Amino acid sequence: MENLDQFRTETKEWLEENCPPEMRKPMGPGDVVWGGRNCKFPHPDAKLWLERMGEKGWTCPTWPKEYGGGGLSFDENKILQEELMAIRARPALSSFGIWMLGPALLEFASEEQKKKYIPEIVKGEIRWCQGYSEPGSGSDLASLKTKAEDNGDHFVVNGQKVWTSYADDCDMIFTLVRTGPQEPKHDGISFLLIDMDQPGVTTKPIKLISGKSPFCETFFDNAVVPKENLVSELNKGWDVAKRLLQHERNMIAGMGLGGGGSAKKKKDQPISSGMATMAKTYVGEESGKLANPALRQKIASFDINSHAFSLTMKRASEESKSSNSGPSPASSMFKYYGSESNKLRYELMLEAMGTKALGWEGEGFGPAELAITREWLRTKANSIEGGTSEVQLNIIAKRVLDLPQ
Amino acid sequence: MSLILNEEQVFLKDSAKKFASEKTPTTHFREVRDSEIENCYDDKVWQEMVSLGWTGILVPEEFGGSNFGVAGISSILEELGRTLTPSPLFSTAVVGVSLIKHASDDIKKDILSKVVQEGLRLCFAIEESNHHDPLKISCEAKKDGNNFIISGEKSFVIDGGFADKVIIAARTSGKEGDKDGLSLFVVDAATKGLTITPTKMVDSRNAANMKFDNVKASSDMLIGKEDNAYEIIESVLDISRAAISAEMLGSALQAYEITLDYLKEREQFGEKIGSFQALQHRAAIMFSELELCKSCVIESITSFDEGGNDSERLASLSKAKVGEVFHLISNESVQMHGGIGVTDEYDIGLYLKRARVAEQIFGDSDFHKNRYAELTGY
Repeated sequence: MENLDQFRTETKEWLEENCPPEMRKPMGPGDVVWGGRNCKFPHPDAKLWLERMGEKGWTCPTWPKEYGGGGLSFDENKILQEELMAIRARPALSSFGIWMLGPALLEFASEEQKKKYIPEIVKGEIRWCQGYSEPGSGSDLASLKTKAEDNGDHFVVNGQKVWTSYADDCDMIFTLVRTGPQEPKHDGISFLLIDMDQPGVTTKPIKLISGKSPFCETFFDNAVVPKENLVSELNKGWDVAKRLLQHERNMIAGMGLGGGGSAKKKKDQPISSGMATMAKTYVGEESGKLANPALRQKIASFDINSHAFSLTMKRASEESKSSNSGPSPASSMFKYYGSESNKLRYELMLEAMGTKALGWEGEGFGPAELAITREWLRTKANSIEGGTSEVQLNIIAKRVLDLPQ
Repeated sequence: MSLILNEEQVFLKDSAKKFASEKTPTTHFREVRDSEIENCYDDKVWQEMVSLGWTGILVPEEFGGSNFGVAGISSILEELGRTLTPSPLFSTAVVGVSLIKHASDDIKKDILSKVVQEGLRLCFAIEESNHHDPLKISCEAKKDGNNFIISGEKSFVIDGGFADKVIIAARTSGKEGDKDGLSLFVVDAATKGLTITPTKMVDSRNAANMKFDNVKASSDMLIGKEDNAYEIIESVLDISRAAISAEMLGSALQAYEITLDYLKEREQFGEKIGSFQALQHRAAIMFSELELCKSCVIESITSFDEGGNDSERLASLSKAKVGEVFHLISNESVQMHGGIGVTDEYDIGLYLKRARVAEQIFGDSDFHKNRYAELTGY
């Protein structure tokens, strides 16, 4: 305990000294730092903040020190996160490398691969995207056709990926490719790390119903990939892919938290519900109660479920703390519940705001209102990306409940 | 608030699990139900619970109890809920004891020691209408010298048909709906003027209707201060709501596990029915909902012992969520069993019956969603 107290004191001091004032201000939508060879920083302080946090390994606090991570224990990381929150520090770095690829590499990659790629992720030097889905392989991911052919010291990759997040800004893509065309479908897939800075790789943004283009199509036309970029063994890529999907699901599940306002009681603060407070401004109130009783009942149900859900995430993390087991098939439960909950959050906001939530652009709507419209449309993908809700329920039924195939 | 039970609580839970599987499996419930036993539980089983110290878990040590706390007794109730164990443990050791703890030292010394040693049975007469409402009390207690004269009617008194002592919430001033003016009294079940009519509920447990016709209670038998019982009532109700949620969680988990086993063994169309996606998805959703319920219950039951400042909201959260999920699971379980689900021979229907009664105890999901919203400022 004494050590943890000391760790807290030191962490506080370090953050006080090293977190630039600009990085303690609330973030706008364009302020996320994704890293990469062509990293765009919203402010010079953001660069400084990333360099300092990356040097300390605190962009990936629990990853091993030998690969540039912070080497912190569960409890130390909890303290670090609390202290970051206390000064309202912005995340120094957001990336798919941190959330998805890194944990899978730590588990499956060779020593040389870890030494090369993990420190780059920690410092935000390389921006990664994911090459999983294909036009003909969505929920049935293992039917993927993009092929990699052995050509001596390298593979030659041909095919097309879709839903590659931010591919047009990324440096590298971790990709599932078919290397065993004769094998049963799960047993002929390999996991390749592909540099996108070559003529054989091109990207094209996809415009979504929200009007934004966070995803691309990515085309491989005789792309060249050195043999040492194969993670795990040839045709064993599905194991890596599954594991990585669990990390992705945990990440998406997290979107079900916060946002529309948590109803959690904090010390010395009056209790409030973000959703209900917002609804009151659009619907009005009668003697302290939200004026629309049907909506009020729905919001109460939503708040109760949000509270129960975040509590369950916390309980799962406490329970796995000692076993250090990482994500389990139960992460499908969090993905399912979190993404459904996030969709419901925005449906309720729309219901509360009425026509004010239906503006597309221009006069008559506030920027926050317009953002909610777009975000409502964006949430429709939450229960599709990273495996649909239906796929998650299949996984729970088979892997957790052990129901017959 | 803890999200994991401590060693002591795990020990209590394990011993209750053993007790339930050895002494009170659902066959025991059926024996009691199908016998002529009027009070709807087995006295021998009750005395064994007493000798295990379960009636003293909320009783302070100075009165002979163990003071193991709300999480301790709730963990026991969860396991007993799995086998639908009939007993007056909830009404006595949770509701009754928590109320008596606010009484004078004389009453505490007398009643709590008898609860711990002899299994004196307590019940709480509060409801007056078809839905839980702690403010809708018109039962009157008029001051008459050193006594109070109580008149009025009470309904749905859990385990009230055969209790030894009745704790009644009555109005000493004000009108129905007021928070001020409520008072609590302990009276003997055999007091003159008190007519108790046991009612057998659909879950084969007893509740009671009570008629107070000028029942005399000495002012010594007042719990807390005259006119000021509302806070005591609410705090005891919250403990009780959390504890009954734990019992309901146990029942819901068991009903779910029985159903899951059935999905793995029943064959139709030449396949196990558990291989059908229409059933798999529903089973997976119920699994997720139960995981949420586990978190709500453990946060709620530990909040009282750890002096949390949000216990009332957590109790409503827990009762609302678990009530809704037990409701869902009790319906789905019967449906997934098909024809045998509606036979008396199969246990699954027993859980459906218990679900509806337990949902009503101290507020159903609608009541608690409304209360949660009020406590959250909307």
